[in-house]
Amino acid sequence: MSLFSKKNKEVFTAPLGKNNPVTVQVLGICSALAVTAQLKPAIVMGLSVTIIVALSNLVISLLRNTIPNRVRIIIQLVVVAALVTIVSEVLKAFAYDVSVQLSVYIGLIITNCILMGRLEAFAMSNGPWESLLDGLGNGLGYAKILVIVAFLRELFGSGCLFGYRVIPQWCYDHGYLDNGLMLMPPMALIIVGCIIWWQRAHNKDLQEQ
Amino acid sequence: MEHFFSLFVRSIFVDNMIFAFFLGMCSYLAVSKNVKTALGLGVAVTFVEIITLPVNYLLQTKVLGPDCLVPGVDLSFLSFILFIAVIAGIVQLVEMIVEKFSPALYNSLGIFLPLIAVNCAIMGASLFMQQRIGLDPSNTQAITNFGDAIAYALGSGIGWGLAIVCLAAIREKMAYSDVPKPLKGLGITFITVGLMAMAFMCFSGLTI
Repeated sequence: MSLFSKKNKEVFTAPLGKNNPVTVQVLGICSALAVTAQLKPAIVMGLSVTIIVALSNLVISLLRNTIPNRVRIIIQLVVVAALVTIVSEVLKAFAYDVSVQLSVYIGLIITNCILMGRLEAFAMSNGPWESLLDGLGNGLGYAKILVIVAFLRELFGSGCLFGYRVIPQWCYDHGYLDNGLMLMPPMALIIVGCIIWWQRAHNKDLQEQ
Repeated sequence: MEHFFSLFVRSIFVDNMIFAFFLGMCSYLAVSKNVKTALGLGVAVTFVEIITLPVNYLLQTKVLGPDCLVPGVDLSFLSFILFIAVIAGIVQLVEMIVEKFSPALYNSLGIFLPLIAVNCAIMGASLFMQQRIGLDPSNTQAITNFGDAIAYALGSGIGWGLAIVCLAAIREKMAYSDVPKPLKGLGITFITVGLMAMAFMCFSGLTI
């Protein structure tokens, strides 16, 4: 049992591609759509979720043999809520403007389906090291989708990346216009729909009958 | 009274949980395959919302807020843990009631009934409520008293239910249409929700 055996690598890399939490397992959509109007909050959100999934997976996996089955959901929620409270306080202290931008969505990491899904499906039945890797993989898989969606929305919606203008002024002078609809909620859904379309067109076995 | 109704209507159409904030998307996408189950889940969510939000409102204003319990102490950093505990407890209760009185609904909702506890729409409503307590009373979004909390709970629950029933109806019809293969199922559902959200955006100028 080596720490980086083939199976452990698979646990880490599968959620980044073929078993992505957002586009394949359909978990954690709420925040994936809501915070992606700009890149910066999307990256902060992705990192926060990665840290919380990894740590809560680790904690629950360590406790898994002592948790009675009937109250496991409440125990999982308490562990997650404690971690989210810590992250939220840290963000308020060190990145106040981003935490204001993310508003309730930081608190909503508690009810992010990725967390409960991974805790139930993986951490309750696997060892701490695998669970930590699984948490990191799923968190980064989630962050990846967030970054792609936020990149497209910020670039085409406001012509900026990280708040810096990237589409040069002469384009605007020749009649290019920012697509304001990109910043509205509906386009987030449609972009994620298109990412799913693209992914399934390349992976035939993911298609639904 | 005027504020009560305006908050109610606003939270159904303008600040719709699904179309404006994307809350509760997981169960929204998974349970919207037929109208009957969707309606059942919509009612269950509204019910849980109506109980949890006023309880959390009292908790926030009487216990957690600044200077409530002990002068000079602001306990609102504990709100995540307390809110989720209230929600999980009440969902457990609702689950037992539904199992006793409507086993058919209980079976068709399956795993999604206990998962209402982690439905972001419920937790989200409580967190928005916490943000809106401090707003100026003239703002239509402000929640200034217990009645407003009930109006907001009712409105956001019904708004969520309305959204899931609409999507279920569209998906039932969509079963007969010829969707490109990679887009089938999840992909087209996302795009449909996107178009529905665009339609709901036309309510955004609404004032009462």
